[in-house]
Amino acid sequence: MFLPRRLWGSLLALCLASIIVFAGARSLPGDPAIALSGEGYDPVANAHLRKKYGLDQPLPIQYLRWSSLAIRGDLGRSIRTGLSVKDTIIRRLPITLELAGLGVLITILLGIPTGIASAVRRGRLLDYVVNGVCLFGLSVPPFWIGLLFILLFASTLHLLPASGYVAFTTDPIENLRRMILPAFVLGSAFAAWVMRQTRSAMLEALRSDYVRTARAKGLTESRVIMRHALRNSLLTVVTVLGLEMGVLISGSVVTEQIFLIPGFGKLIVDAVVTRDFPIIQGVALFSAVGYILINLLVDMLYSRLDPRIRFT
Amino acid sequence: MVSLALALSVTLAALFAPVIAPYDPGTNDFEAVLAPPLTHGHFLGTDELGRDLLSRIIWGARASMQAGVLSTLLGLIVAVPIGLTAGYYRGWWESVAMRLTDTLLAFPFLIIAVGLAAILGPSLVNATLAIGIVQVPKIVRVTRAEALSIREESYVEAAIAAGASDWAILIRHALPNMTSTLIVQATVILPIAIIAESSLSFLGLGVQPPTPSWGVMLTAAQSYMTQMPWLAILPGLAIFVATLSFNLVGDGVRDAFDPKGLR
Repeated sequence: MFLPRRLWGSLLALCLASIIVFAGARSLPGDPAIALSGEGYDPVANAHLRKKYGLDQPLPIQYLRWSSLAIRGDLGRSIRTGLSVKDTIIRRLPITLELAGLGVLITILLGIPTGIASAVRRGRLLDYVVNGVCLFGLSVPPFWIGLLFILLFASTLHLLPASGYVAFTTDPIENLRRMILPAFVLGSAFAAWVMRQTRSAMLEALRSDYVRTARAKGLTESRVIMRHALRNSLLTVVTVLGLEMGVLISGSVVTEQIFLIPGFGKLIVDAVVTRDFPIIQGVALFSAVGYILINLLVDMLYSRLDPRIRFT
Repeated sequence: MVSLALALSVTLAALFAPVIAPYDPGTNDFEAVLAPPLTHGHFLGTDELGRDLLSRIIWGARASMQAGVLSTLLGLIVAVPIGLTAGYYRGWWESVAMRLTDTLLAFPFLIIAVGLAAILGPSLVNATLAIGIVQVPKIVRVTRAEALSIREESYVEAAIAAGASDWAILIRHALPNMTSTLIVQATVILPIAIIAESSLSFLGLGVQPPTPSWGVMLTAAQSYMTQMPWLAILPGLAIFVATLSFNLVGDGVRDAFDPKGLR
């Protein structure tokens, strides 16, 4: 029952999200037909464009037309470049996915082990140190850390490039050299959050009856932690990772801006500056769909990790 | 206590910026352009237009606190009635409210901010609006969960038996009993909102120059960062200190309301 119900919920959320994006796009100032016709205003050409794109139709009809085109992947054309919105997004997406993937990797490597260590050593020096670092991570603005990293690693020590992007297929080493700092900036902010969740979930698990039973059976402490407490704690952590994907998307927008990475995030900021409405609309829809699908995947993973969920 | 003092200092700086700041944040001193910290007359130095950095940092607290406090209030004012009634009445209203909440959660914060900036134009008010809207679904969820548990309490049953109206139960019994949860939520949201405002202003989607804001100051500092690193360090430090102090105060409030917590 869990998966069909979850699929239905995701479908409903997708429909509502598309309505919000459509309504938002229609609230934008100015006539879309004038924006589409470009320089110079010609009433005849304007009327022709309104008819061609169905802008003279009632809003519900316009929505149905727009959503049916969106389902088929037609999100219109960029006002600024004239290129297809879908193609533009797809060209930029792998760059952001690489950044987000490396960021999540850093998050997991930093957040989960420190969260476990902090919970296991609760009230000891290590716990205080980890909590202090975590509080620092939650309080420091990621874009400021980005600027300081550029100042330290690029301008002062000359260890890494300050900005720019080289495709992995062109030069893998240079790609990684240019992605390390942005990925660390993105991942470290998120790691503090994951560390807190891991610590809290681990503390709860370590107090539970099944851990007490495992200890009573004579299992070693490392086995109790890794096989029993951690496995159950990961459920919470996986859910948090899914729910906070929005933070990662938002973080990538800022990070790409600092390190001049031509990804999805930079695309949307540039689109606002140039008032490229089809791009803004396409990116908003794409992000919402991505978020809903990621959370659906997380819930499916959740049901794999905890079989009880499949039967509720 | 130190964190409370720091948080109070930031709040007072925001409230009394015109009195505390040594100069007007827009006044140019062309004799001292890009002066380093500890320059005579400019304790923290000046920026590329000869404006006093200390004054701009003090005035910058105003934008951050305005966005932080107002967006938190906006989130609470919109979300609490929705979450409270959804959890108390349940049924179709709960389904509609939760579906809408889930949908709103699907939009990352910056996408909402970008959308609002595109529709209404970039400004501090619109940034505050975006930050507030983003908090709504999270507060709705927490409030609904609280309302669900409160409606099962015996004092609510007693109020129903005594003939109290739904309205009276919600206002006089349910809401006061979730105050501690809502205060804790507010302390969580405030530092997040401060960072969010500075991020939006940094991207050009929040406060617009020449109005002083920590994010705007960091954007301007990028061009001079290698030669004059203090231009990037000092405003960032201001954001860090403000956020850290409110985070620590928030932790204290959480401990006070939940002494058995897993901290």
